[in-house]
Amino acid sequence: MPQRPGESVSEENRNPDADADAIRQICDRYANDRHRMMDILRDVQDRFRWISPEAMVEIATRTGLTRIAVEGVASFYAFFTQQPAGRVTIRLCDDIVDRFAGLPEVTAAFEKALGIGIGQTTPDGAFSLEYTPCIGLCDQAPAAMVNDIVVTALTPERVHEIVRQMKDGQRPEDLVSHRFDEIRPYERAARMVQNNVRHAGAVLLGPVPQDAGLAKALGLSPSQIIDAVEASGLRGCGGAGFPTARKWRAAAATGAERRVVIGNADEGEPGTFKDRVLLTERPHLVFEGMTIAARAIGASEGILYLRGEYVYLRDLIEETLAERREKGLLGKRIMGVEGFDFDIRLQMGAGAYICGEEGALISSCEGLPGEPKTRPPYPVNRGYLGFPTVVNNVETFSHVARILDRGAGWFYAMGTEGSHGTKLFSVSGDCINPGIYELPYGATVQELLAMAGGDDAEAVLVGGPSGTMIARDTFDRRLTFDDLATGGAVVIFNGKRNILEIVEYYMSFFVHESCGYCTPCRVGNVFLQKAIAKFRAGLANPGDIDYLKDLSATIIETSRCGLGMTSPHPILTTLENFPLVYSAMVKPTRDRIRDTFDIQSAIDGARKLAKRRSYIFDKDYGQ
Amino acid sequence: MTEEPRKVRIATASLAGCFGCHMAILDIDERLIELMKLVEIDRSPLTDIKRFHGRCDIGIIEGGCCNEENVEVLRDFRRHCDVLVAIGQCAIMGGLPAMRNAIMHSDEPLRECLEEAYISGRYIRNTTHDIPNDPALPLLLDKVYPVSEVVEVDYQIPGCAPTGDVIFETLTRLLAGRLPGFEREHIKFD
Amino acid sequence: MSGFTFTIDGVDVPAQDGQTIMEAADAAGVYIPRLCDHQGLRHQGGCRVCTVKAAGRSFSACTQPATPGLQVENETPHINKLRRDLVEMLFHEGNHLCPICEASGNCELQAMAYRLDMTAPTKFPYLEPSRALDASHPDIALDTNRCISCGRCIRASQDIDRKGIFGYVGRGIRRRVAVDGADLAHTDAQVTDHAISDDVCPVGCIIRKRVGFATPIGERKFDQGLIGHEIEERGDD
Repeated sequence: MPQRPGESVSEENRNPDADADAIRQICDRYANDRHRMMDILRDVQDRFRWISPEAMVEIATRTGLTRIAVEGVASFYAFFTQQPAGRVTIRLCDDIVDRFAGLPEVTAAFEKALGIGIGQTTPDGAFSLEYTPCIGLCDQAPAAMVNDIVVTALTPERVHEIVRQMKDGQRPEDLVSHRFDEIRPYERAARMVQNNVRHAGAVLLGPVPQDAGLAKALGLSPSQIIDAVEASGLRGCGGAGFPTARKWRAAAATGAERRVVIGNADEGEPGTFKDRVLLTERPHLVFEGMTIAARAIGASEGILYLRGEYVYLRDLIEETLAERREKGLLGKRIMGVEGFDFDIRLQMGAGAYICGEEGALISSCEGLPGEPKTRPPYPVNRGYLGFPTVVNNVETFSHVARILDRGAGWFYAMGTEGSHGTKLFSVSGDCINPGIYELPYGATVQELLAMAGGDDAEAVLVGGPSGTMIARDTFDRRLTFDDLATGGAVVIFNGKRNILEIVEYYMSFFVHESCGYCTPCRVGNVFLQKAIAKFRAGLANPGDIDYLKDLSATIIETSRCGLGMTSPHPILTTLENFPLVYSAMVKPTRDRIRDTFDIQSAIDGARKLAKRRSYIFDKDYGQ
Repeated sequence: MTEEPRKVRIATASLAGCFGCHMAILDIDERLIELMKLVEIDRSPLTDIKRFHGRCDIGIIEGGCCNEENVEVLRDFRRHCDVLVAIGQCAIMGGLPAMRNAIMHSDEPLRECLEEAYISGRYIRNTTHDIPNDPALPLLLDKVYPVSEVVEVDYQIPGCAPTGDVIFETLTRLLAGRLPGFEREHIKFD
Repeated sequence: MSGFTFTIDGVDVPAQDGQTIMEAADAAGVYIPRLCDHQGLRHQGGCRVCTVKAAGRSFSACTQPATPGLQVENETPHINKLRRDLVEMLFHEGNHLCPICEASGNCELQAMAYRLDMTAPTKFPYLEPSRALDASHPDIALDTNRCISCGRCIRASQDIDRKGIFGYVGRGIRRRVAVDGADLAHTDAQVTDHAISDDVCPVGCIIRKRVGFATPIGERKFDQGLIGHEIEERGDD
């Protein structure tokens, strides 16, 4: 178990030998395996509240790596720090939904109560305050992580209460319950976070008989399982919509001594939180689906990759896995089937949106920085540690379990042509009933808005920032793969919201989350962000609209992975659907002299240094 | 007698540069005589004319902006010239003077820069230990700006300095009303 | 290994199974511009300058396997524009002051700008990062102001020198090349390392002390011809 904040070692009393010993123990816990670097670094971070240069040297020695290789991983993930973090680290979610829900007041309250600004640590090392992108709690914003627990629906009053409790020496866990250690993980999660299931569909959130799908799958041959998945029309639920059966068939057909099944629970797309609810309410269903996949492709190893922001669900998931092992649903001879061995380990992420990309996710599982892998080879041929690997969203696996139980035809009949079954939609923003809606594919945005009470919506972002922002005149568009494809995020904005502010936030998000591997995404997104800032400041010229389109096209066409191929979408889709927002902000330059250059601020330093004013630009001066 | 066609009016200025690009203009050598049949030079260090006599067809700018006077001159050029050409790396991206932008991270970048230049630098002999501050000295900008960050630029001629050939080629093409690009082999950034 | 042909800009190019588009193109004397890829090193596919298109899709030629009948577009006006944008991004991301750089004339970034006709007034802002110079090592200096994150030194040190002196740290726009020690003097780096040789660093980031500016202007590598001309001359034979 990770160290509690109260027990962690203070900077002044550090004993280098004891520290090295503790790090060695942590490395031993993972057999000094470099591929478990994420776990090693997380434990070191929890124990010492940072990853010091000495720690990196020790880890490198134990795992047979260079220090720079360890630093490469440690410096990639936002939740690992190279400066001592506070014993209580508060990460405020600064998603745009949180901003509109009162984040500025909440931030001010934390800053006042703690006496530090964002990005700072109190001198006594007790508290750190940070911003972090969407933590998957948009339906109960503003929200924050306090070490490994989450707090939601924050108000300045609640902030004062939290800080008072922490300053009284209570643990973050006490914010949930003083009996935190005694209550079951499910209850802990339920006390921290509302599920907000607003509409349960037939597949996932309605009544689900446990492991009925797995039992039926074990009566089929592996290829029959894949046939059933294919016949159901199931496509990936993470956003890209790749046919699930095709992925599985390719992995099964690749000759290998080991195969791997990975459940992707790294839902980082701002505005998405369906996996959070699925893992809270239907964890068995997720693992049942992964086990069926293992049977279908002949895998013996499974990994659930859980985003670092969902660490509060870790105990619940570990408990579920332990329960399944006890019941013979994981481990050797699953359900008594000779030769069917499969187990799942939990891999925690550490604050990196890019790890939702399957190659980056595999890199992270291998203990590397979360950089996408070169394709080809595709993961189904050479994935985790070089073995054929199926990575599916956890919602996809859950559907599989239900398809095997109820039959492919039952699933296929739901939805529309090309988009079969149901989908979990995470609805947040300006509506009365934010939360989870499980609907068959094919509903219109208007229908969803009516259910969610988003009557005064002026803009709806479908699929998160990498998706599409639509305006009122196209609310009749449908939530299907062929129209508005989405991993499930639906963010609603009313007429009071500033579209350019929203776009600027999302561009800053992509700048923050780009891995930096390829030029267009690393650099181009920074240029886009700067260009949008110009629009917001009223300093853009008519030519800047073409510049946005042109630069976006280059980024999309040359980027290495899906992040860069979609990161200009907030700009492109708002240019298309809200053109007036942009044209209202542009003005031609006067005399072709740039307004973006501000002579007054440029000479201000010199004015102060020379202790005189400008003959040229202080008009009232001189002569 | 047939009326001579109106000569094309050209102006030039050196901002935060070393005058090397202006020297390179002279590297056009004897072709200058042919050129002068087509153009007349208005405001320029070459003519020592300090103020625009009228509107010009082409303005040529060497150097970036390191002080307020550079900004004033550059804006004046933009207002008076139909086509503005940035010549040389300093005008295009700041060039050597922009090396001082590397200390922009300091809390007081200007003070740090001037103190090193006039007081603390290793080879400085400055008995007064003062940073020059005559009222006639233009105020420095917080950093060195390329020309295109202050005004819109129509064309640029890369080089440090560009060769006389490239300058001649560019000018004759501009006079012919077109600048479709450069001969690849002739373009250098140094 | 079985052979087949595909085309680049309409020209037939022979290839072997397992070859990338770029490998086959190089052998056939067709040059595809690149910065992060380098003879003898693993392919990275990071700079994206070798972006080519086929069947409406774009990919990096250095990592994409050639396939029979593939019709690759390489030097089209559209692709050259994309590449020019990418090279310009690299110029604006770091601090590239050609006139004071000892790599000038031998610099692949600069040479690529020449080849791609990067001469129009820029649309991009200069990011002007402040990066420290590491001159701690007696024989080598590191000026990451000029680094383009190609990672060639990282791969050369890891795979050829077997030292692992360089590595990436950070992510996104803050991602940069760093060394395996407090500074370069506290690593095993030697001026004789392949990673340090003038062949590996395409720009003026890795500097061998006391040898700079030795070659007069006019005789430097890219004074002799456009980048890629050696490969293109193979095709003329």
